[in-house]
Amino acid sequence: MSEAMSVHPEVVTTHDVHHDEHGGGHHKETFISKYIFSMDHKTIGKQFLITGIIWAIIGGLFSVLFRLQLGYPDQSFPILETFFGNWAKGGQIQPEFYYALVTMHGTVLVFFVLTAGLSGTFANILIPLQIGARDMASPMLNMLSYWFFFLASVIMLSSLFIQTGPASGGWTVYPPLSALGQASDGSKLGMDLWLVSMAMFIVSSLLGGLNYISTILNMRTKGMSMTRMPLTIWAMFFTAVLGVLSFPVLLSGAILLLFDRNLGTSFFLSDIVVNGEVLPNEGGSAILFQHLFWFLGHPEVYIILLPAMGMVSEIMSVNSRKPIFGYMAMLGSLFAIAILAFLVWAHHMFVTGLNPFLGSIFVLLTLLIAVPSAIKVFNWLTTLWRGNIRFTPAMLFAIGFVSLFISGGLTGIFLGNSTIDIHLHDTMFVVAHFHIVMGVASFFGMFAGVYHWFPKMFGRYLNNTLGYIHFWVTMVGAYLIFWPMHYEGLAGMPRRYLDKSGWVSFNQFGDLDKMITVVSIIVFAVQLMFVFNFFYSIFKGRKVTTQNPWGANTLEWTTPIRPGHGNWVGEIPEVHRWPYDYGKDGRDFIPQTEPIGANESKH
Amino acid sequence: MQTTFIVAILILGFLVTFQIAKASEYVAILRGEERSRKQTNKINGFLLLVFLIAGLIGVYYCNEQLKGKILGAPASDHGVLVDRMLYITLALTFIVFVITQVALFWFSYKYQESDNRKAFYYPHNNKLEVIWTVIPAITLTVLVGFGIFYWFKITGEAPKDAMQVEVVGSQFKWEFRYPGADKVLGKKYFKEISDAKNNPLGQLWDDPANHDDIYVSGEPMHLVVNKPVKLVIGAKDVIHDVGLAHFRMKMDAVPGTPTTMWFTPTKTTADMKKETKNPDFVYEISCDQMCGKGHWSMRGEIIVETQEEFDAWLAKKDPLYTKIAPAKKMEPAKDSTTAPAILKDSVIAQVIK
Repeated sequence: MSEAMSVHPEVVTTHDVHHDEHGGGHHKETFISKYIFSMDHKTIGKQFLITGIIWAIIGGLFSVLFRLQLGYPDQSFPILETFFGNWAKGGQIQPEFYYALVTMHGTVLVFFVLTAGLSGTFANILIPLQIGARDMASPMLNMLSYWFFFLASVIMLSSLFIQTGPASGGWTVYPPLSALGQASDGSKLGMDLWLVSMAMFIVSSLLGGLNYISTILNMRTKGMSMTRMPLTIWAMFFTAVLGVLSFPVLLSGAILLLFDRNLGTSFFLSDIVVNGEVLPNEGGSAILFQHLFWFLGHPEVYIILLPAMGMVSEIMSVNSRKPIFGYMAMLGSLFAIAILAFLVWAHHMFVTGLNPFLGSIFVLLTLLIAVPSAIKVFNWLTTLWRGNIRFTPAMLFAIGFVSLFISGGLTGIFLGNSTIDIHLHDTMFVVAHFHIVMGVASFFGMFAGVYHWFPKMFGRYLNNTLGYIHFWVTMVGAYLIFWPMHYEGLAGMPRRYLDKSGWVSFNQFGDLDKMITVVSIIVFAVQLMFVFNFFYSIFKGRKVTTQNPWGANTLEWTTPIRPGHGNWVGEIPEVHRWPYDYGKDGRDFIPQTEPIGANESKH
Repeated sequence: MQTTFIVAILILGFLVTFQIAKASEYVAILRGEERSRKQTNKINGFLLLVFLIAGLIGVYYCNEQLKGKILGAPASDHGVLVDRMLYITLALTFIVFVITQVALFWFSYKYQESDNRKAFYYPHNNKLEVIWTVIPAITLTVLVGFGIFYWFKITGEAPKDAMQVEVVGSQFKWEFRYPGADKVLGKKYFKEISDAKNNPLGQLWDDPANHDDIYVSGEPMHLVVNKPVKLVIGAKDVIHDVGLAHFRMKMDAVPGTPTTMWFTPTKTTADMKKETKNPDFVYEISCDQMCGKGHWSMRGEIIVETQEEFDAWLAKKDPLYTKIAPAKKMEPAKDSTTAPAILKDSVIAQVIK
């Protein structure tokens, strides 16, 4: 592919991608081919990012709405009725609406933002740039990957506007609740749309994932051996492998559920009397769905987290001016996490009546994950040790990521232990745990990535001051919201309770819930400020004037400041070393493209 | 009006912040980017240290504020095990938490950019890496060991003398059944469930074990203090979960797949009223698995009392069968299609033999 380049001063394109050539290698890109149905991995990455941002605003707004209910269950907010009509009758969020909000918040943020928006964005932008490729292995499938995601988005969004409302059985959509329209309004048309949308989403994820894997395996530039790849690429690679192996299992679950809902099958249904109506289904197993769901669902957690880990490793090394400590150990622990991710799914099911012996195996495998996780944390800490650290907004978010990963990872040791899980399962403790370790931590990784690679994406910088405000408010806010929430869980307070005043055991946290609501509104407002900063800076940000603003070693900084389709003008550079030669032999940094010197020390 | 006001303030605050942010960017360029970058670096390094200290104080303060609001001592034998495991884990993880967070923020602060320092080229150290692989591995082995030991104790077979109570969840209520004098819960079949026939659980009246079973709904479940109880858990419509926060127990109620859990309550409701100094104290059953729009209000109660009190309460209850029986005699024998469960069971049993 690289041989067949048609070179133009700024815009570099490939023959085999575009067929609307106008002689002499000169070539016009229309608005549509450049910005909409683009096959340039960078544009597709930006499409994923911007779509992800829009979804994040929607999903975040939902959380603000249900936090209003949780913090102020007795108060009426007339403005809600103005916007949501019957869903918020009398200015109070109705239970059906509350559960729809919770379900959509989870679905949107887990899948549409932190899967598509995070790994979709950075895998697309970084893989070809950091391994030295002109584009993905199949730009066409890559484009389709985005447009399937877009289709999934449209379907999911449309479900918000139907009369019976969107799916409302929780983001895990356990049947029989999700299978029976009689049991819940959200299980009517909204649930079908949810399943179809997720099917489209899975197609998108598979197209993307297969592309990432084949690109990484086959299209590395000369000298870029697997162990010379930046850890970002390794993380994206394992993420893609996880997705390719686990998403099809969710697809099967979704399709069987569609059958149960619409064709009268009994995969997940048995012995059911709903609202006095005796259903004919016998012989299915509701628990089977949970196995299928969590066989994806747990790897999904790592699909979300690994890209963040990879980017944090890279950003931390660049800004500490020091190699990442223990590259091979980082790699090994990524690999171990990827393997173990497939062997722990039933720890979500300790109290479903699972065989206790089977449960004990899952305890062992689950707690094993703490070992590679601990290695990663210690290696990040050692990377900081005796560095010369620059606190760019990206670096601050990377440090914040590690802090959150420690806090949320440690509470995982509670939940992975089945004995403790009996008490904490499905309580607010779980909510606090996964929001810190998977939600906020991955968001921090994503923010770090956006701040760090924004100059590469748009040729401009984000405003730093807004970046610092964004970081500090989010960091403090995240801990204020989720740290005390653990105590609600320790008291046994179940998740998804919209009003606790009727309970003797759980009604003692009223003030705490108010505090959490106020903080989450502030944090949400600051995220909107970030979004503003993002779009403003695309057009008006300070221009990047140097090719390598962070003094980084990796290949993306050898491209022009605003790379065209094809990334490099002329030859793709050759790689001679690993990407982490920072502070070696008294030199601040040595790019990967520099040949090994005659008397250079070995590491 | 108030909302408009708040929105206006938010927008105003935002505009001010944005203008300051923009101005600071210009100032930075005017004063020399490198110099102002270094200054910002110092500020952020300092803030990281402040965050660490304030954060640790915050953790302490939060604990002081909230530790009294979690549920006090457990009220069952298994609950004691769960809590012990919880506190072992808490102790270990808290040590790791403090060490790693202090290291993270302290290193960030201490090794912030300085003209006098060069970063130390330190790509790996196998010895260190082995040490911090082995130590977590050993710690976790200990946790897994304790965890599995307690887990088997809790999920093992219920003692032979355990009393049995059936718990059935449906949107959005709990129903109970006691086995009566024969101590056996009679067979049931979901297609028999019918309010019209006064058979809310679908009991099969052909099974004599059903004739003395006592159905309880709309009032608390009664348990005997210091007597093991095995709950047989089921659901009619969707998945529910029997959550007993004070006993530290929990088990899903799955339609089509009965589950069980057992424990020994160690404190009567009266004891707990004294202990919590709350005259309104009740043991509550919370539904812990999302089950529809009424999930948050799916509440049941449990009264733990002495054997005498329990016997007195149970003596006042009549089996459901006594209400059905007169009507039953009038009916001709059931045709075989509607009462297949027992037949099927016996046929299957024979086939297996």
